[in-house]
Formats: sequence, structure tokens, C-alpha cells
Amino acid sequence: MAQSPAKTDYQGRIHNLQKDMIGRYYSRLTAAAENQGEKAIYMLISGNPVELIEAFDMIPVYPEVNALQLAVKKQSLPLILAAEEMGYSTDNCAYVKADVGMYFAGRKTPFATIPEPDLILCNYVGCNVYLQWFEHLREYSKAPIYNLDVPFFRTNADEPSEDDVHYVVKQLEELIEILERMSGRKLDYKRLQHIVELSGETGALWSDIKTLTQQRPAPFDAYFDSVMMMAPLYCLRGTEDGLWFFQQAYKEMKERADRHEGPLPEEKFRVVMEGPPPWPYLRQFRDLFSRWGAVAVASTYSTVGGIWEFGFRHDPQRPIESIARHMLQWNLTNRNFLQRYRQIKDYVRDWNADALVIHSVKSCRLFSAGQGDMREYFTKQLNVPTLLIESDIEDPRYFSEAQLRNRVDAFFEALEHQRMVVKS
Amino acid sequence: MTYGAGVDVGSTQTKAVILSEDRQIVARALINTGANVSMAAERAFKQAASAAGVPPEGIAYVVGTGYGRYKVNFGNAQITEISCHARGANFLFPQTRTVIDMGGQDAKGIRVGEQGDVKDFVMNDKCAAGTGRFLSNAAETVGLSLDQIGPISLEATKPVRLSTVCAVFVESDIMSYLAEGKTVPDILGGVHSAIAARTVALVRRVGIEPEVAFTGGVSRNIGMVKALEEKLGLPVNVCDDSHFIGAIGAAIFALERALGGEASAGPAKVGRREAPASSQPSAAQQT
Repeated sequence: MAQSPAKTDYQGRIHNLQKDMIGRYYSRLTAAAENQGEKAIYMLISGNPVELIEAFDMIPVYPEVNALQLAVKKQSLPLILAAEEMGYSTDNCAYVKADVGMYFAGRKTPFATIPEPDLILCNYVGCNVYLQWFEHLREYSKAPIYNLDVPFFRTNADEPSEDDVHYVVKQLEELIEILERMSGRKLDYKRLQHIVELSGETGALWSDIKTLTQQRPAPFDAYFDSVMMMAPLYCLRGTEDGLWFFQQAYKEMKERADRHEGPLPEEKFRVVMEGPPPWPYLRQFRDLFSRWGAVAVASTYSTVGGIWEFGFRHDPQRPIESIARHMLQWNLTNRNFLQRYRQIKDYVRDWNADALVIHSVKSCRLFSAGQGDMREYFTKQLNVPTLLIESDIEDPRYFSEAQLRNRVDAFFEALEHQRMVVKS
Repeated sequence: MTYGAGVDVGSTQTKAVILSEDRQIVARALINTGANVSMAAERAFKQAASAAGVPPEGIAYVVGTGYGRYKVNFGNAQITEISCHARGANFLFPQTRTVIDMGGQDAKGIRVGEQGDVKDFVMNDKCAAGTGRFLSNAAETVGLSLDQIGPISLEATKPVRLSTVCAVFVESDIMSYLAEGKTVPDILGGVHSAIAARTVALVRRVGIEPEVAFTGGVSRNIGMVKALEEKLGLPVNVCDDSHFIGAIGAAIFALERALGGEASAGPAKVGRREAPASSQPSAAQQT
């Protein structure tokens, strides 16, 4: 039965810790914007090689993170409209439009002033819109651009080919030369090894945290609460601070798991979530599920920046190659749909999920195309109840609460009914 | 005698049904929803109760359904119309395995189990293409009422091929066909055929198994019944009560609960939302 939503705010120690740490990261961005800080390297989240940026004491800037923060802060629509006035189509990626709108509005946001790029590093994986996005930013900012061409993981093999790995390694070496020229100093290989080692340990902790939700009840929501741990994973990975954050996060989540505490008073349904959340209406969206006692025990979205829960670790003995493998193989968006199916299948089985929920994104056809087939595959072939709903990551105009609620309610009504039939 | 009531507050019309203990429909009411949704729900309910000769307080349990279900303030529970249509179709046509529902704003397909349970469902995207709204816009463009277009569409000899199922662009499409000298029956034949094709494609996603029940306001349109049968290659079940099927399903849930207590099938009363539920992301939080 659906109920008034329970209090599900995650307000534990790491919530505040995360606010402080990411707050400091944004202060560094503002300092860089005022030419008093580090060199700013624009990058994309998926398969980001943040370790190399860290090795040169530069700061990563993620336009996607900035765009979604604008959506969370309910600032995205005027910026999207400004970009549409410039000529961007209503069908364009709304992250791009919010970011471009923000760029021309002076790069000032409620959380930071975003610096101009010193280098636009297009670590293109999976999404060809990224290429155009960063080319536009180059056009607007006149900053240099480097396109990292990461071949799509186009076979269903377990490993990318050695040629693909070699191809990416060679490009990373070129990138290192560029960063050396920009910084005026040679790469300190030992330091890079140390950074990569920190990344490996961070990934191991993140993997341990995600494995905790295999317990019943899950100690946190692997979709809505995972997002709290994702910013440190991209912005602070490869630093002592980042590692410390994940040590604290593991400790806290493990304590919750040991106390059998979950995010809801009662965990009635365990779901796997596919697709990014609707940032402009995150709370309303979460409520739709909380009312039914539905908790996400795993999510694909939490792997867009890297997949660690199936064993990948950065290797300090082969730092550049392991960065290349992370970009090629161990992030969600560079993988093909059959691999995504396998990942979700593993989640459903090993995390004991009752159902799959797919949140399709109207302005991102690249992520969403194929989700109709995915729904069909999971319902018909695997007999996993699957709900497909749609809104948008960034554009509030695509969120219709009545429509979403109707679908979510009907889905859980049916699940609840089936459960009662099985019991009786 | 124990009575259960179902009130289906749709985007266009509100339907109420009273069911007696022996599962007989004892009264129906149908009114336009209008702007005041709560009042429409209450009026329909009272009208049905009065037609049944039962005072409103004599109804043991009321289930609200449809988009306005949370405005059925006097109701005991709210259940989506997806569950209610499945239940209602099972009541009217017990062999139903597939429900095709076409309302004012929604088109949906429901795969139904033997007990009238929902096995799977699909709905139209957030767009009125292929819904009752499309038909009413088409009717308006050719200057006819909704009731007239179905029978006239059956007179088509060479139905036109509509290039759109968009409820907004259908007007310009029809205007251009009128300008070309196409007949109204041929245009309406094309309109019904286009909607039927789109709906069948949607419903195929849950798998179409006989028997098929056609529900919702559009099921009163004989042209759409025929067009669907043609596209499906199967007969579709409709009856006078098809339009009330959501309210009937809701009334069945209500009656079961009145007789069996809260523990019976379906979700119970959903309270008003209280404190904000989930983590409001703080400034520097998400990725």
C-alpha cells in the first residue's frame, strides 16, 4: 500500500562531510575563475582521466556536474531558454543548453563562479553530443581543445582489444605532453603512481559501499543516496581527501548495515534503477517510490563515472594503461547495450531485486534509445517486472508528476497484488 | 445490503458506479469533470447513490480512480485506473487477457491475468497523439460532434493516409485534405485507421492475447471499434458499460474491502503528503 512518504533525507555524517568537501572544491573553481587558482581542465564525467589532471596540480571542471547543480537549484530553465534563443533546438541535450546558457550569463552560479577553460579535454566516451558540446565551448572560449578518441566497447567480449588499449594509451601520452607544456614541468611518474594507487583504494571502498546494499534492508538508497557520493568520486578521486571521504562513507554505511537501518521505515520493494534522475524534481521523484517502500539497491547511473563493483581497480604498476582501461571498459556509457543488460542482470540477481525501473531521458536519445528493447528483454525474457517512465535530467518542462505517479502507482499496485497472490 | 462505490475522475468525464453485495451494478452516473475536480467527484458519487436509492453514508467503501483520484476526498482509498480497468474488464468479460483503453488523454494497453490482475502495462508518451483528444480535434475540424464521427468513418471508401497522429497538427492535415476535395468519410476513415494503428503498435509492447476488451470513452465510438478489430485481426469486446469500466473496477475493489476488510487486494488509503520525504540535495551535492 502506498503511504505518506517517510522521512528519507540522508542526513548522516558523510552528508555534511560531502557538503564541506565539495564546497571547498567549488571555492577552488571560483578562485580559478578569478585567476588566483589552478589551471582549469574541462572534462566529461564518463571515463574521466582525473588522475592525470591531479598529477599536474590542475583542477577538473565538469560541465555536466555544473549543469545538474543548476537543475537541482531550479536555475536551469532560464538558461535553457537562453540557449534556445541562440538557436539550440528543443531536442538538444538539456545539459548542453543549461551549460551554454550559464557560460553566456557570466559563468556565475549559486554554488561557484565557473572558470574559463585552460584546456578543453574532450574525453569522448559513448556520447557523440559531447564532441559538439566541447567544440562549441572551444568556439566560445577560444581555449585549446584535445579530443581523446576512446573507441566504443563494440563487442560483447570481456576485454577491449589490445589495439584499442594501445590507441588510448598513446593519446594519454600525447595529453601528458600537452599538460607538461601547460605546467612547464615534466610528469612526476612516481607521483602519478601514488595518485593512481589512491584511486584504486578509493574504487575499492566505493565497491565495498555498493556491495552493502545487497543486505536486507539496504543501508542506503543506491540511486538517490549514491548521488551524494558521486561528486567526490569525480572531483576528488586520486587525492588523500577523496580517499578519506570514502573511508568515512564506508564506515558510516557499514554501521547502518550492521544496525539493519535502511533509508525507509520499511523496505518493501527492492528495485534496480536505470538512467539518470530528473534533477529539477529529484525530491518529488524520490517520493513517488518512497510512498511504496521501494528502495533502489543498485543503479546504473552510479556507474557513469566508473564501474568498480565488478572488480576493476586502478593499478599503480601500470598507471597509464589502467586509466585507459577505465575509459574503455569500466564506465557505463562506453559500453554497449548487451553489456548494460548483463550489468543489470547481475544487479537483479546478486542484489536480490524485485523489479527494474527505467527512467528514460527525453533530451538524451543516446542514453535512452534502446530502453524500449531493454524493457521488453527484462519483462519477457527474464520475467523481471520492469517499469519504463520518462522525463528529463535537466529540463523541468518534461516532468509531469501526475503522469509519472500514475505509472509508478500502477506498477507497485501490480507488484503488491502479485506478492499477495503468492502468499495466499 | 453492503454497497461499494467506484468513482473514476477522468480528464474529461467523471464516472461513478455503485455495486451491491451480490456484485450487481445498481447505479451509474456520468458527468463532465470541469474545473472543480473534487466537486465533480462528489456530484457523480451522490448522483449514483441517489439513483441506487441509497444514502451516500450507506455506501460502505468508496474507491477513487483516474487522474483525479486524489481529489476523491470522501473516498476510502485511491487506486490507479490501470488496476481498475483490468479488474473492471475481468468483471464484464471474464476471459479478458488484454485491455485497450482510450481515454481523453491516455491510450494504454494492459495485459491481464485470470483474476483481473495487472501483468504488465504500457501507456502513451506524454503527448496526446492517438488519444480521445486527437479525435475530438478532428471532429471539430470537420464540424461534427464526437458522437457522429465514428459512424461516418465507416462510410469511407478510400480512407486517406494521415501523415500525423499529433493532436495539434491533425487540424492542418485535415484542412489540406478538405482543400484537395477528399470526402469527410474518407478523411474520418483515415483518422480512425491512423489512431488504431498507433494504439495497436503501443499495445503490442505488452503482447496481445485474446480476448481483447476495449475500454474508456473512445470505446463508445463504433468507427474506432471496427478500426481496431481490423488492425488486430481479432474481435474486441465492448458493451454499454465499457465507458464505466474504471469505475466498475474501483467499485469491485471497494466492495471486496467492505466485505473483507482493509487487508484485501490492492493498496489502501493514501494519505495526503506530509513532510517532504527525500533528501533535498544541498548545494554541492549531486553528480
